[in-house]
This record gives sequence, C-alpha cells and structure tokens, in this order.
Amino acid sequence: MPERGERGEVVVSMRGIVKRFPGVVANDQVDFEVRAGEIHALLGENGAGKTTLMNILYGLYSPDEGEIYIRDKRVTISSPRDAIELGIGMVHQHFMLVYPHTVAENIVLGLSSADFFFPLREVRGKITEFSERYGLKVDPEAKIWQLSAGEQQRVEIIKALYRGADVLILDEPTSMLAPGEIEELFTTLRRMAEEGRAIVFITHKLDEVMAISDCVTVLRRGKAVATVEKSRTNKQHLTRMMVGREVLFRLRRKPVEEGQIVLEVKGLHALNDKGLPALKDLSFIVREGEILGVAGVAGNGQRELVEVITGLRQATEGQVVLLGENITNCSPGEIIGRGVAHIPEERIRMGLVPGMSVAENLILKAYRRSPCSQRLFLNHTFIDQHAERLISEYEIATPSKDAPAKLLSGGNIQKLILARETSEEPVLIVAAHPTYGLDVGATERIRQLLLEQSKRGAAILLVSEDLEEIMTISDRIAVMFEGRVVGIVDTAGAEVEEIGSMMVGAGKEQERGRS
Amino acid sequence: MILEFIVAALKAAIPAGTPLLFGTLGEIYAERSGVLNLGVEGMMIMGAVTGFGVTLATGNVWLGITFAAMAGGLLGLVHAFLSITLRANQVVSGLALTMFGLGMSGMLGKRYIGTPPPCRLRVAPIPLLRDIPFLGPILFQHDPLVYLSVLLVPLLWFVLFKTRAGISIRSVGEAPATADALGVNVFLVRYLCVFLGGVLAGLGGAYLSLVYVPAWIEGMTAGAGWIVIALTIFAMWSPGRALIGAYLFGAVKVLQYRLQPLGVSPNLLNMLPFIFTIIVLLAGTGEVIRKRIGAPSALSIPYAREEK
Repeated sequence: MPERGERGEVVVSMRGIVKRFPGVVANDQVDFEVRAGEIHALLGENGAGKTTLMNILYGLYSPDEGEIYIRDKRVTISSPRDAIELGIGMVHQHFMLVYPHTVAENIVLGLSSADFFFPLREVRGKITEFSERYGLKVDPEAKIWQLSAGEQQRVEIIKALYRGADVLILDEPTSMLAPGEIEELFTTLRRMAEEGRAIVFITHKLDEVMAISDCVTVLRRGKAVATVEKSRTNKQHLTRMMVGREVLFRLRRKPVEEGQIVLEVKGLHALNDKGLPALKDLSFIVREGEILGVAGVAGNGQRELVEVITGLRQATEGQVVLLGENITNCSPGEIIGRGVAHIPEERIRMGLVPGMSVAENLILKAYRRSPCSQRLFLNHTFIDQHAERLISEYEIATPSKDAPAKLLSGGNIQKLILARETSEEPVLIVAAHPTYGLDVGATERIRQLLLEQSKRGAAILLVSEDLEEIMTISDRIAVMFEGRVVGIVDTAGAEVEEIGSMMVGAGKEQERGRS
Repeated sequence: MILEFIVAALKAAIPAGTPLLFGTLGEIYAERSGVLNLGVEGMMIMGAVTGFGVTLATGNVWLGITFAAMAGGLLGLVHAFLSITLRANQVVSGLALTMFGLGMSGMLGKRYIGTPPPCRLRVAPIPLLRDIPFLGPILFQHDPLVYLSVLLVPLLWFVLFKTRAGISIRSVGEAPATADALGVNVFLVRYLCVFLGGVLAGLGGAYLSLVYVPAWIEGMTAGAGWIVIALTIFAMWSPGRALIGAYLFGAVKVLQYRLQPLGVSPNLLNMLPFIFTIIVLLAGTGEVIRKRIGAPSALSIPYAREEK
C-alpha cells in the first residue's frame, strides 16, 4: 500500500458525469478519480448514485454528459465488453453467475481467448493459480448453487482477474458475507492493491470504510461531496458528509419498569424446511414495553422462531403464550387478530403485494373489517384518508397513495410495512431484520419507530444479525445458537465480545439478568 | 421364429423413432438457449409436405430433403423473430405456428394425396457391420438419414458440453443477463438455436413422408411434434437420452402394428403412444427433481437488455 504522498498514478478519471433517469438525476456532475494501488471507498446512502456511477464505468449505462479517461486516454465505454477490454472488472451486488454451471464454466463464458474445443482444460489450472495467489479458495468443478455467498463472490473476483482487470469494482461486497468471510475478502483486496491494482469499494457502511479503504469519495443525492484520505477523517465526519446532518448512534433508553408478561415461549421445538430440528427446547419471555433482541449468526433457528410465533410454521412441541392464552399453532389470521404484528424478513415477498397501490397495501390487515369495508364493499373514502394520514405520519416518500408499492425504495417499503403493522397498536411486534439493507437515514427512522412503540407499551421481539442494532435499542439480548437460546443478558452490562463468543456456541450455564 | 420376430421388431423401431429423434435434438437446442418451441408439429409437417413436393417435382430425393430442412428452418426463423426480437409469448407463437403448419400443409398437399413418391431413399447397409449376427440387421441395415440422425447425437452432445459455443448456449438459456454482460450475443445464439431446431424438425418431417411412410397424408405427423416436446423433458435436455427416448417410442409404435392382427382393439392401440408419453413424463420429471436438473432457468422468458 503506498504511503501518503507517494500515491500511484491515476488509472480512472471520470469527469462531470451526468446520468438522468425518468424523474431523477442519479449522477449530477460527478468527478471521480482512482489511483493504482489504492482501495477507494465509494460511500453514500442508498440511492445516492454510487452503483449508477460504477455501472457507467462498467458500460452498463451510458452517461448523458461527461468524460471518462483511462490512464489519461479518453474512452467511450458502451458495453461491459469494452470495459473488460480496458481492464475494468465489476463484481455486482447480486452476482452475475450461471447457477447450474460449474465454476470453470462460469469463468470461461464469453472468454474469446479460450480454446473452442475443451475450453475448460487450461482454465482449471489458472483458477488454481489465482486461488493460491490471492487466497481465493474455490473448487473449479463445483456447481455455483452448491457454493456459499462468499465462495460465489470469489468466483466473481476470479472471473474479473481472469479477464485481466486492473481496476476492480465491488458493489456492496460484504452485504451477503459472514463475519469471517469479510476478513478473508479484505485480505484478498489488500493483496490485490499491493500488486498495483485499483479497487473501488461501494458501501454504505462506515465501519468498512474505516477498516479497508485508503481513500473515500462520498456521494450524496447524486453529487460527489468530497474525496478524502481515510487517515484524515473519522466516522462522524463521514456521516455528516453522507447524510448532511448528524445521526444518533446511541439511542440509549430509560430502564423499563417490570411490566406484565406479554409473550412467553416455553420449551419450543420446531423443524426447518428440510424436516430437521431447527428449534430445540427454546424458552424466553418478553414483557410489556420491553425490546428483547435476538442475536445470532444467520441460520441458527431465528427464522423458524419468528415463523412459529406468527403462525407460519407448526411447533412440534412446547407452547407460545400471548397474554396468558395459548396461541401455539393457531392460524396467522387468529394470531394477527390477537394483536401480533409481524415485520417479515423478506419485506417484498412477504411484507406487501408489490403490484398493489400504497393505499391498498396499508389496509391488507384491516380490509375485512369496518371501517375499511361494509359487508361486501370497500369504503374508499376511509381507505384514502387512512392512507394519506399514514403516509404523512410515517413520512413515506411515495409519488402518491395510488402508486404501486413496488416503486418505493427499500426504506420507504419498510416504513409502509411499519405503518400498517404498528398503526393499530399491537401488543406484540415481531420484527425480523427490520433495517437490513437500509441506509443510515431510514435505519434511524425505523429504530425510532420501534422505540416509540415500546414506549407505548408494546412488547417487541427484535431478530437481527446486526449486533450494533441489537445493542443500540434492545433492553435484553437473547443469543441463539443451533436452535437454542444459549444465554440472555441485560444490554446495560453486556460486552460485544461476550455476546460474540456466545453466538459461536460458547454457551453460558446460568442466565444472567433474567427477570 | 421368435428370434426373427424380435429382430424384425427392433429393426423397425429405429426408423419409427427417427423422426422423433430429429425433432427432439432440435428442440433440445432451442430450449437449451431459452426458447420454448411448441411449433415443432407445424415445422415437421411443413417439412413433410415440402420434401414430398420437391421430390415429386425434381425427382431428386436429396433435394427434397434439403428443401424440407429449409422449410422447417424458415418456420424456426419466424418463431425466433416473434419470440426473440418482438418478445412475443413463446407459447402463443409456437401454437400459432403449429396451427399454421397443419393448415398450410393440408392446402399445399391436396394434389399429392394418393400419389406415390417417384423415388425413395435406398437402404444402405454398412459393409462388414451388417453381417454381425443379431445386431447387424437391427442397427446397420438402414437408410442414410437414420445414420445421420444417430451421428448427430454425439456431435450435438459434444458441441453442447465440450466447446465454448456450448457453454454460451447453455448460459444464454440459464442466465441471459450474465451472458450478455460477458459479451455473448444473446440474440444471435437464440436465433441460431431456434433455426437449428426448425431445420431438424423439418428433416424429421421429410423422413416421414419420403422414407417411413412414404407418401403424403394430410396430418401425417399425428402428434409427433407433441411427443417431441415430452421427449425433450424425458431427455433432460441432453442428446444421449433423446436417442433412448426416441427409440422407445419407435418400439411402442411398432408394437401398435404388431398387436393389431392379434385382435387388440385399434382404438386402444392408438392411445398407446400417448399413454406412454404420460408414463415417460412421470418417470422423467421424477428423475429431474431427484437430480436437481431443471429446465433451463430462462426457458420461455424473452430477454431484453434494460436500463433502470
């Protein structure tokens, strides 16, 4: 990594880039420069124009204005093929892989330098070579669908390297990785930068910027705010540039007085989709006005727990008790009727009907009853007023109440779901990964909404992989590992290291702070 | 006596299955590239009538076969234009072509009804191999088109699985956007595959009217094009299994003729191929699910390069 003051030559220079989409200016006079041997973070909230800018560099979009120079030579990049020929490679957030094919077949696809007959022979050897050089371990004969997200990403990186990329763009590369895999990725990126490659790292996560980058360019609403060296900035400074205002990082709460028990889970067992035990003798309680955070590495039974409580999955043993009444294996409809709100993990697939309007999505739980409907007919006057009230109350940015919900951004979709789920004052809110993939502004708003609900007296079960989120807003933390609760601790006295070690199975014998 | 009966039945199964083999090989390529072609029936019968007509006019059976292939290929290009360029619904486009082919061939073929073909493809036994006892008469005493269809099996398998072109074809059928981003011309690949599918369907039709029957009968494909669609699934989109499937159907067809003199109801026998289709589909899909080999993911989805 070059020291400050002796930076590498400028490899990519984008000048005055403008890109307009119907109704928005995604990039507005953006200047962006990357040097050889540096890891350059492109930081900004969702919708700030980071991906658009890089898609232009990779030839997927053509800019409306502006110029691109590669090593001081003016170029026109009108397709990914042009970009590849100029030595630019891109790893998209959603991998561009052929899932039923092998790693080797994916790498050779479209590669004109490969032999026509038996093209895979030479490729296998080269894959092994790249694997060893950069720590990108992957089996050339494995089928893509058999690989973890981290391995799939390695295939994408090898694909770019194979085509001679000396500028490598990674779009939100850590969003699908486990913590260990992130560290491996960073090691690989550092090694590639040391060899003189330029790495562009698109992210909205400040921790990653501070961990890996040499240099940061911040985008806000399509404009480049500034480019700074990492050593001369800090998280607060970057946040201010990114959001345009200060953000609360600690939403410290007042202690909750002992409330009534709202949810009690007793000795719960359930199977996963493959018919294997996913929940094994799980017990905990959540009180009125309390937020219980459920921490754990993905796939340790969190999804099944949420589904059993909301009636979407059958429990094989044990009980779910809501306000003293047994609701185990009741239908989702009955459970909703008793005042349980569900903020699902897959917000588009399970949280709304993408093709229906915002107003219709807001009454999905209430349309069967008065005042939304009378007998067979919907009461449109009420539905419209209801939609307008919630849109303004929850600050949902939408073209209109009649726009299809699928047109909204991720953050606004989540606000819509929260508006529907919380406006009827539920007694229990089950929230699964409520801020996953959202930008800083929307994340903050969603967390505040959850806190307001708990102040009102709702019990909240917050399942999240984001430990920082759980530490920030929950009162107690239950850690799940292999379908069991390995420990429940008070947030006030909890250490990140302690919870981290419980997440990987270092169980605790006695549960601390269990009230 | 029994041995003779078996040899004769097996020998007859191969020509009976050959039109299906041609059609299935073509459909495998079209579907591998992501285009569902339900027009096979129409392409086969247009091949049958064109091949017969050209042979009748010129007296040259090979010219007839060439024109049959071109007729099928032409209909294939129509399907490609509708479903790839115009992004029409592939099911609708394919069905339309089948209906068009059935109607058009009926009209073109009216004057050929009852006319015998002026010449036919001669059986060309392969020297030496023909004399192998038992296997010789079954496998090596056929006409050149049978040999061509059999040679196509390893050739098309090799191209699909062992060449760069094959990787492009399969990738275009599974993930067209990915292939496009890597510089593969998705449209060209699909056009070529659908064209090839039409050519092979046309050949299958010509085999019916010039070799197997040989005569022009209206509607003579009699659902062979639909059996091809089922066979493609049974073959799990792989040429090798297409061969097995096609000859199995050939055997069923032969059985149909051999059982009739024994007093089995002809109505029941006419149902045989389709009952067998259902059985084959049940067996085939079971295996598809077990081995996690599905249809190409992008099958029947038109591709468009889109901006945000």
